[in-house]
Amino acid sequence: MKKIIFIGLSILTTIGAYTQNNVLDATDKASIIQDEQKGKEPLLDINGYFEGRIGFRVQNDQNQNYTSISEFRLQLETEKELGPFMFNIVSDFVLDPITMEDAKDIYKVDLDTGEGLIDMRQANVVFSPFNFADVKIGRQILTWGTGDLIFINDLFAKDWKSFFIGRNDEYLKAPTDAAKVSIFSKILNIDVVYTPRFGADRFIDGGRISFYDRSLNDFRGEDNPISAEIPDTWFEDDEIAIRVYRSFGTYEGALYYYNGFWKSPAGQEIGTGRAIFPDLEAYGASFRGPIAKGIISLEGGYYKSAPGASNVASIRNDELRLLAGYEREIATELTFGIQYNLEHKLDYEAYVNGLPDWAIKDEEYRHITTLRLTKRLMQQNLKLSLFNYYSPSDEDGYLRLRASYKISDVAKIDGGSNFFYGNRNHTFFNQFNSNSNVYLGLRYEFN
Amino acid sequence: MKTTIKIIGGLLLILSSNLNAQNAQEIVKKAIHASYYQGENFKTKVNMTIIDKLGRRRNRNITMLRRDDSEKDDTQKYYVYFTKPADVRKMVFLAWKNIDRGDDRWLYLPAMDLVKRIAASDERTSFAGSHFFYEDVSGRNFDEDTHELVEQDEKYYVIKSIPKKPNKVEFSYMKNWVDKETFIPMKAEFFGANGTVYRTYSVLDTAVVDGFTTVIDSQMEDNLTGSKTVLNYHTIKYNTDLPENIFTERFLRRPPLKLLLQL
Repeated sequence: MKKIIFIGLSILTTIGAYTQNNVLDATDKASIIQDEQKGKEPLLDINGYFEGRIGFRVQNDQNQNYTSISEFRLQLETEKELGPFMFNIVSDFVLDPITMEDAKDIYKVDLDTGEGLIDMRQANVVFSPFNFADVKIGRQILTWGTGDLIFINDLFAKDWKSFFIGRNDEYLKAPTDAAKVSIFSKILNIDVVYTPRFGADRFIDGGRISFYDRSLNDFRGEDNPISAEIPDTWFEDDEIAIRVYRSFGTYEGALYYYNGFWKSPAGQEIGTGRAIFPDLEAYGASFRGPIAKGIISLEGGYYKSAPGASNVASIRNDELRLLAGYEREIATELTFGIQYNLEHKLDYEAYVNGLPDWAIKDEEYRHITTLRLTKRLMQQNLKLSLFNYYSPSDEDGYLRLRASYKISDVAKIDGGSNFFYGNRNHTFFNQFNSNSNVYLGLRYEFN
Repeated sequence: MKTTIKIIGGLLLILSSNLNAQNAQEIVKKAIHASYYQGENFKTKVNMTIIDKLGRRRNRNITMLRRDDSEKDDTQKYYVYFTKPADVRKMVFLAWKNIDRGDDRWLYLPAMDLVKRIAASDERTSFAGSHFFYEDVSGRNFDEDTHELVEQDEKYYVIKSIPKKPNKVEFSYMKNWVDKETFIPMKAEFFGANGTVYRTYSVLDTAVVDGFTTVIDSQMEDNLTGSKTVLNYHTIKYNTDLPENIFTERFLRRPPLKLLLQL
């Protein structure tokens, strides 16, 4: 425990000391131009950063460490153009004393979960076989849809652990090993993403973040994480995601289709109690455009769960999901955004009938609202942000506060908190209540 | 007789002020053209140096593409690709400039593969953390101010522009020194409510590129703090091959690097 804090703090201070020297490092304009105009490309252009990040739970959690995050991360990024092909690699190297303390083999590498020494973020090749088509093959980050930290038709892998413990926002998107083919025309654009082997979310299993397990009627933590049955047969347990989109002047419309699996556990295997990822098919649509000095987003999706899901209580129901959002600048450098999200269980009666009387039952309708406030100060070097999820139906919520300051062009410090609140143990956000945490990170970038 | 003189004098005055006003409109239109609409399209690299009141510097390097929708000086599209510093590297900013309503703006964040639509109604906020406003980079619409020729000498027309909607902007009026030959505004001063200059734009250097006189060094200073941003434009090219579809989501997600980075 102390060891972890010690390592974390020494990392932070080392970086701090290093960056301090660079704060006043004035660069002469003329020399930059000269550098650029030399025009000689190095064989490999490497960019990246060092980062130290440490965080603590703000209350005692019997199932977890007091430290919520304590890691040292090095990201290296490079790209290389070879003929018509563009190769991209982004990889993180992570020293994480929290996992080191528990794991026997600290150098183990698990590219699916990103745990261990290496978290490969991207390794792909991009090319255009025709002037109307782009292809990207390999490990990549994928995002589409219109929600702000709410996802309906974006069924690409998410990393909820990173999101909850205070890594930078970009880590919410977990990488996917896929082939993406995009076709462009004046009438319609089409994206097809094929993932030959199912890529699950980096979901909450108790290992890093404890949660309330209804079947256990208790919390699960690092000593008792769920065991999951992740479909992993190449070309059999595969996924396909399609987006057809176009713009109508300034308005953007899209249709979506997905065929694969629930990305986080959505059921339990009867008998073993192992978490499963039932089949999922999704159809959706979205619209986005300017209205009343802001941006409005509308998105909907119909989730068709595994066949017979409504009769098996342990498998998630079919769902209808709707989202409406509006964002605008309400004062200088101050952005305000609100969203409303509905999750409607479509076969509620069957869901209720399938559960024993004593079991905890979700409501038929789950409502979630979000509020965003982002303020930029000091020539945009200081950014303050608040993002709050609140569910009136679950009477719980999740508040994310963050401040980040650019000390110089190469150094950035950020701090924030993740607060989970509510009344009942089993509701979605409040089940993470004892994981509420604060964190601090320091990053040094180079290129 | 006296009355006649008065009438003629009055008529002359009206006529001259009318001529004057007309003249001012012409000058401003030409100045807007010289600043934002030369050629059919334009490509440049920009080194941005932001210098705070203590002299500490921050640098941003970008490549900017501009394409006009038509020969009229109205709607156009901008594509801005960031190369430095590391935290904004590979980010792309896309703007479709509108005349009758706010511009459409997008931001691409490569680490998340996220195409974000920017809900910015205020065009007078910092562009990329610099002392230049978004509007200084993309151009302020002619109709947003009333323009008056208040002075001239051998080299410059001095135009005073008063915003029609004063509560929408932070200045009460501005003065532009427009070069009589090139119609490039060489200096601009922004006046606050108390009548003092709090913000000054100056052109430090120009060059003739592809036949067009072009600003290659400019500066925006905050007179209250002494902090400023210097822009250096280089690797400038007019009327290059710049297809319209560059300014779409496709090329936000996959920047046309050859076009953006070649020298």
